[in-house]
Amino acid sequence: MQTVKMVVTGPFSSGKTEFIRSISEIQVVSTEKSLSKDTAEAAQKEATTVAMDFGRITVDDELTLFLFGTPGQRRFDFMWEILAEGMLGFIVMVDSSKPETFREAKTILETFRAYAPTPYVVAANKQDHPDAWKPEDLRIVLRLDPEVKLLPCIAKDRDSVRQVLLELLYTILEEMETN
Amino acid sequence: MPLQGNLRDFSTTQLLNLVNLSKRTGLLTIFDGITTNELDAMKQPKQIPGAERARIAFHQGRLVYASAANQDSSLVAVLNKAGKLNNEQARQLRERMGSLGDKGLAMRLIGAKYVTQGDILAAVKQNILDIVFNLMTLQEGPFRFDDNQSPGSDVILVPIELEPVIIEGGRRIKEAGEIDKVIGSLDVSLKFAENAKQKFKGVHLTVDEWKIVPYVDPKNTLRQIMKVVNMSELQIKRIVYSLNQAGLIEIVNSAKPQVLPQRPNRPTKPPTPPEKRVVLSIIEKLKSM
Ligand SMILES: Nc1nc2c(ncn2[C@@H]2O[C@H](COP(=O)(O)OP(=O)(O)OP(=O)(O)O)[C@@H](O)[C@H]2O)c(=O)[nH]1
Ligand SMILES: [Mg+2]
Repeated sequence: MQTVKMVVTGPFSSGKTEFIRSISEIQVVSTEKSLSKDTAEAAQKEATTVAMDFGRITVDDELTLFLFGTPGQRRFDFMWEILAEGMLGFIVMVDSSKPETFREAKTILETFRAYAPTPYVVAANKQDHPDAWKPEDLRIVLRLDPEVKLLPCIAKDRDSVRQVLLELLYTILEEMETN
Repeated sequence: MPLQGNLRDFSTTQLLNLVNLSKRTGLLTIFDGITTNELDAMKQPKQIPGAERARIAFHQGRLVYASAANQDSSLVAVLNKAGKLNNEQARQLRERMGSLGDKGLAMRLIGAKYVTQGDILAAVKQNILDIVFNLMTLQEGPFRFDDNQSPGSDVILVPIELEPVIIEGGRRIKEAGEIDKVIGSLDVSLKFAENAKQKFKGVHLTVDEWKIVPYVDPKNTLRQIMKVVNMSELQIKRIVYSLNQAGLIEIVNSAKPQVLPQRPNRPTKPPTPPEKRVVLSIIEKLKSM
């Protein structure tokens, strides 16, 4: 039995848990913790991922794909390196409607690149949100190279999530072929 | 929906770059920020747009117009600033102009051989650049970009390529950055370099530099000196920087340098490359889901 893993990362509340939840076959074993009512985060969402999210896609009898979501809050970023170990590739989720998080998204992207030079894609999430920045504009402000895939995404929508995962896999394939 | 954000998350330079690369037409408006009690997603106090601070208009990726709230960008003011009209001429024109707009005025002035078309374009261009370079050093403020909006029909538009503006603005920001590296904050103080007496001999100081010299003493912070000599932060920092570069004065850091905790950044051992077969199976699976 072989397992492979992919990591879903990105700033706080960018939609990592939602992304994994949309595609995973088991209920996400997320270590979500309700945000206490008086914190600032509580105003924005009900739960945040404390240690990691964990989803699974059984490919066949021999092969299982695990999806790990990193905790969004920076005080847990000691976890990142552990999660990054041995990953097949990673996805950087960006909340397209929250420009104040773009710089953070870029920092996270670069940190993960430093952990492991594996293929990655960037998901411009929450494209259904009225304030969402378009992927083309995000590409410029995130200073992504033209060859880096930046994909529109709605993490609540399974097809959209599947498309992002497929694009990451195609990238992985391409890199295998060029190496 | 317009593009919205805050300059503390993007620099003006990045926005100009965005407009340049996407060859956009529209109006960028920058506001004073009113800080609220709410926090944004990065836990910074959320700012809502207050009074308008500046507007910059673009046409197909080129800068064409700029105005700032604290500056008169009318043609008369701009020509006056450029030395093409003296104060008296400017005053008279303002009186007589009536409802004549900038474009109409420009035609009259050219017709009357007051100024040439080239003078007008050069003065307006300089004004636009002054405003934009200044905005490029802004650290914060809500902004919005409205696609396809124009600054109004009666303003004089001068198309300016953005790339050189971005480069020059970047150079200025860098210069400010170099200065900040040497002069970390306004809480530093100054002292004379060793052998200052000899070094000062034969050095020609500017008037502004002379203003600072009497206050060079480790007991005075730059902040205090700035107040006494009535200079802006940038201005005093530039002067101190040049005196420091000339080896005349030294900067005394009172505050301990901040040591930022370093995140461990060792790359993990390279993963054993997965087999192609594995990737193909996952693709098949996802497609069938
Ligand atoms: N409109 C919209 N909302 C989304 C989308 N994806 C996620 N959300 C919402 O955004 C909020 C945050 O999503 P999460 O999946 O919890 O984000 P996260 O990245 O796991 O957050 P942390 O674990 O706290 O870092 C939730 O309220 C989601 O329902 C999307 O594509 N569109
Ligand atoms: Mg989560």
